[in-house]
Amino acid sequence: MKKINKIKIKINGKFIKVQDKISLLNLTKKLKIPANKVAIELNQKIVNKKSLGYIKIKKNDKIEIVHFIGGG
Amino acid sequence: MKKNDYLRIAKKKYKSRLIVGTGKYKTMSECAKAIKLSGAEIVTVAVRRVNIIDKKKPLLMDYIDPKKITYLPNTAGCFNAKEALRTLRLAREIGGWKLVKLEVLGDKKTLFPDMIETLKSTEILSKEGFKVMVYCTDDPLMAKKLEDVGACAIMPLAAPIGSGLGIQNFTNIKIIRKQTKLPLIIDAGLGQASDATIAMELGCDGVLINTAIALAKNPFQMAVAMKNAVLAGRSSYLSGRIEKKFFGSPSSPKEGII
Repeated sequence: MKKINKIKIKINGKFIKVQDKISLLNLTKKLKIPANKVAIELNQKIVNKKSLGYIKIKKNDKIEIVHFIGGG
Repeated sequence: MKKNDYLRIAKKKYKSRLIVGTGKYKTMSECAKAIKLSGAEIVTVAVRRVNIIDKKKPLLMDYIDPKKITYLPNTAGCFNAKEALRTLRLAREIGGWKLVKLEVLGDKKTLFPDMIETLKSTEILSKEGFKVMVYCTDDPLMAKKLEDVGACAIMPLAAPIGSGLGIQNFTNIKIIRKQTKLPLIIDAGLGQASDATIAMELGCDGVLINTAIALAKNPFQMAVAMKNAVLAGRSSYLSGRIEKKFFGSPSSPKEGII
C-alpha cells in the first residue's frame, strides 16, 4: 500500500499534520469548515475562494481561517 | 413620522436608524432575539479565527441571516492601519461585503480611536472600493478630513466604548452635524434609552449601540426601549422644537379667569 506523506502546517496558530499536497478545498472539508462562511489567508495572502480547489498545501504553510462572530 | 424618512448609507435605504452590535450577549439566540426586537437592519460583526478544534461552537450566520440583516464587519481590536486593512479585506472575501465599519484603536484603556491611522485607512479602503463607516473622535476637523478622503458615514463616539456615559460633547456633535451631509451616527458610549433620544434630537442620522443592550439586565426590554427612543428622538428632531426661554409662559389662556 502506498504510504501517505504527511506534512506539518500551521492553521490559526496551531500546528497540525495533513496529507502532502492536499488542496485547500479538501482541507476545509476535512476540518468540517463551511468554505462559504469563511475567508482564508495562505502565507499572508488572501485566497480567492473560487480557487480553493486548485491550491495545494505545502510543508510549513501558514493558514489563517476567519469568520464572523459577535462584535460591536 | 415622514413616510420617506429613511436612513441612507452608501445609496442604500434603511427604515431603522438603530444599528446594533452583536457582541457581549450570553448566547447567540439571545443576541438574535434582541436584534429582532430592536428592529435593526444593520448589525456590526467582528472577524476572528475559526475554532478548528471545537467545531460545535455555534456560528453567527446560523442565527442571524446575512440575507435579511446587513452585516457590517468591523475592525475591532485593530491598532493600526495594516491590521485594519487586513481584517476588512478578509471580511470582503467571506461574502463580498463592501460596507464596513472602520475602527482603529489608539489606546487600550480608553479605547479612543487613533485618528491618524484611521484617516490613512479610510483613504486606502475608499480607493479599494469599500464603503467605509468610520468610528472617530468627536473632533469636527477630523470628521471633515475623513469626509474628504471618502468616508461614507461619520461615526463619532459619545463617550468611550462600553462606558454608558452618554454624549459628553454636545457642541462638537452639533458642529459636525452642521458641517456634513454624510450620515452622522453616534457610535459607542450610550447607556440608556434617553441617550439615544438625545443623539437623535441633535440631528444625528442614527445610533450604534451594543453594550447598553447586550449587558442590560433585560436585553430584550432594552432593545425595545432603544428602538422607541430612536423613533421618539427622530420624530422630535423633525417636529422642530420650541425656542428656549428664560421666563414662564402660561399654557392656559388668561381670558375668562374667574
